[in-house]
Amino acid sequence: MSVNTVPCTVKPTVTLQIGDAETDSSRPGVYVIDVTLPIGQTVNIQEISFKNYYTAYVSVRLLRRDGEGAAKWVTCLRNHCLMPSPHTEEGSQDYCSVYRQQMLIEPDNVTSVRLILRQPSSAWLNFSVEDIKIHPCLNEDSEWDIPDWLSDLTQVDQLCDLQGLPDPQTVSCSIQQMWALTEVMQTNQTTASIGRFDVDGCYDINLLSFT
Amino acid sequence: MLLIVEDPTAFTGCFVIHLFEEISLLTFSFLFSSLFSLPSLSLSLFHSLLPFLSLLLTLSLSSQPLPSHPAAPPEHAKEPLAYMRKAQVNWEKRILKSLNSMCTELGVPLARKRPAVEQKELTNKWNEMGTDEPDLSRFRPVYAPKDFLEVLISLRNPNHDSSEEASAKSHWGLIQVPLHDRDIPQMREAYSELSLTTGQLGIDDHTHVPPDLFESEHTRIGKKVVNEQDSAAAQQYSRQGCPTGLRADLWALILNSTNEPEDVMHYEQLKAGVIHHDLLVDNLIYKDVKLTASNDDYYFVFEDFLYQVLLCFSRDTAVLEHFSYNSATPPKSYIQGKVGVEEFAVVYPPNGVIPFHGFSMYVAPLCFLYNEPSKLYSVFREMYVRYFFRLHSVSSSTSGIVSLCLQFERLLQTHLPQLFYHLREIGAQPLRIAFKWMVRAFSGYLSTDQLLLLWDRILGYDSLEIVAVLAAAVFAFRAENLMEVTSLTSAEVSVPRPQAGRLSPTHTHTGFHSGPWLLK
Repeated sequence: MSVNTVPCTVKPTVTLQIGDAETDSSRPGVYVIDVTLPIGQTVNIQEISFKNYYTAYVSVRLLRRDGEGAAKWVTCLRNHCLMPSPHTEEGSQDYCSVYRQQMLIEPDNVTSVRLILRQPSSAWLNFSVEDIKIHPCLNEDSEWDIPDWLSDLTQVDQLCDLQGLPDPQTVSCSIQQMWALTEVMQTNQTTASIGRFDVDGCYDINLLSFT
Repeated sequence: MLLIVEDPTAFTGCFVIHLFEEISLLTFSFLFSSLFSLPSLSLSLFHSLLPFLSLLLTLSLSSQPLPSHPAAPPEHAKEPLAYMRKAQVNWEKRILKSLNSMCTELGVPLARKRPAVEQKELTNKWNEMGTDEPDLSRFRPVYAPKDFLEVLISLRNPNHDSSEEASAKSHWGLIQVPLHDRDIPQMREAYSELSLTTGQLGIDDHTHVPPDLFESEHTRIGKKVVNEQDSAAAQQYSRQGCPTGLRADLWALILNSTNEPEDVMHYEQLKAGVIHHDLLVDNLIYKDVKLTASNDDYYFVFEDFLYQVLLCFSRDTAVLEHFSYNSATPPKSYIQGKVGVEEFAVVYPPNGVIPFHGFSMYVAPLCFLYNEPSKLYSVFREMYVRYFFRLHSVSSSTSGIVSLCLQFERLLQTHLPQLFYHLREIGAQPLRIAFKWMVRAFSGYLSTDQLLLLWDRILGYDSLEIVAVLAAAVFAFRAENLMEVTSLTSAEVSVPRPQAGRLSPTHTHTGFHSGPWLLK
């Protein structure tokens, strides 16, 4: 998961209901949330993440801008199940992500995301998703400039008269290996605790703390 | 009165019940025998029909936490539902207040360093702490299971619509949170090794059943599993029961519990912790052992072991790791009165677990398996951080006590509606009777051989779910008597009570005609 998120506006939830919303006594079972990017910006989506709050199924539609600049709504995720059993708690407050690989079409050049939330069970008073974040694709890393002195290292050393001394190449290899070993030992320090529960031999406690 | 029924249509042997004043409980196999009296769907068909269900089964069976979403905070891994976290926090506050007030009233510090004389004394009588008769009359348990039950009964999801009139969906029981649980067909699938066509220890090793039918072969396979030191095979094997002689090794394999020199050293370090510091919690442990295990005909001989294991357990900081997936949080305090200064912050007790009334019964049955204290300790600790902690914390986990209670009540309402309704009408909600059995995983309420067979399956299926099913099975067994009672007290008497030293070999079988409702 990338930590980058794209700044976007989450519009207020729109209820989809048959009949008059004011006089109808039953609660709506479908909500629509629009998430729009600032005007003119598009994004290639890597991931859409959110926190569920009692939504059973989510469908995702994207407003994509094609080559000519015209915008078109496409469905990229259909009835993705967040709660396997809508009458019960399972999955009701989980953190979820919808990844690029799960989507039906390529989520590129997207200007707006529409989340259609469904909760068919009448057991819940309210349902929604929270903390909606859109994560863009990471750009390919541009080629690093290699500093000149790095390229100098690839020069072949002149062979000098050894006079009975060991070959410098083998010596440097073995020294490198020893150095690598010490690095491994240093990084692999055990995280096992010593198991002491007192602080410097003292464990005199009077009362428990509530905070 | 001895009643023997021989059913010629049964697969194996006969069916024996001892009917005395105090009825002994049947093994869980009773319900499973009835559960599986119908041929179950073949695995492949079932999985193709309901793929997401099988995923649910596999996921929910695990006692270890699933890898969580990267955006999820640590508290979400402990417990995903916000209102349950809140309930747990409030419950913990009550426990802390209770402990603090006990401390202040009695004038006993929560922890103090023992003077050298006292340390020497304790070292000398380490192996016979049971002979000590300290004055424990002033101490009382911090809480009992029935207090915890009241907390669970008051659990409510603020987003749940409970305003509806009584309907077919209404839940008659005390637990009013809509957690998911499995019904009988799903459980038949998940517990397929407990079906009628599969041999079981506890049924098919009865004295008059020829051992060639099942027992010899099963024991031979068990020896092989132990020789190969195969942990996964041991877990699968345990689903059909462990032979008495192999159980200790098999459980140690399943729990990955070793007795290497470093484990023994760790235990010695804990023992040193007990010698150096005296905790208020120690008195609670003493009191609990005296009140429960010492009064039990099966376990009183292990009194000294229990003190050793439980006192060391409360010094073990390694237990703190399990709080990452336990909805509970260890109590905190500050030494030397330096409240709020983080360098002086400590956890109390060192393992973060405050024992309640009956806690020592989690350890007692294990004393039959292991006689070396460090080994016994190692196995107990692993069982606690995998299973037992779920029995006394508020969580939505499928092995958690809330789910077990709900599962029990739903099974009863679905399959014994008349009985449930009757008990409700007379003010004897079934959960009030069954709760204490489930909180202790039946320890102290079943004879040890039957209890160990039950715990074999808990380990084999890596889940506490069968504890709820067994509780429902007990009610099913006593359904006829229970329909006649007129009050909660007489209902409690009608269901089996703790064993009183009488070993009753009870084995049941599918031939038992307990009622057609079970066969549906």
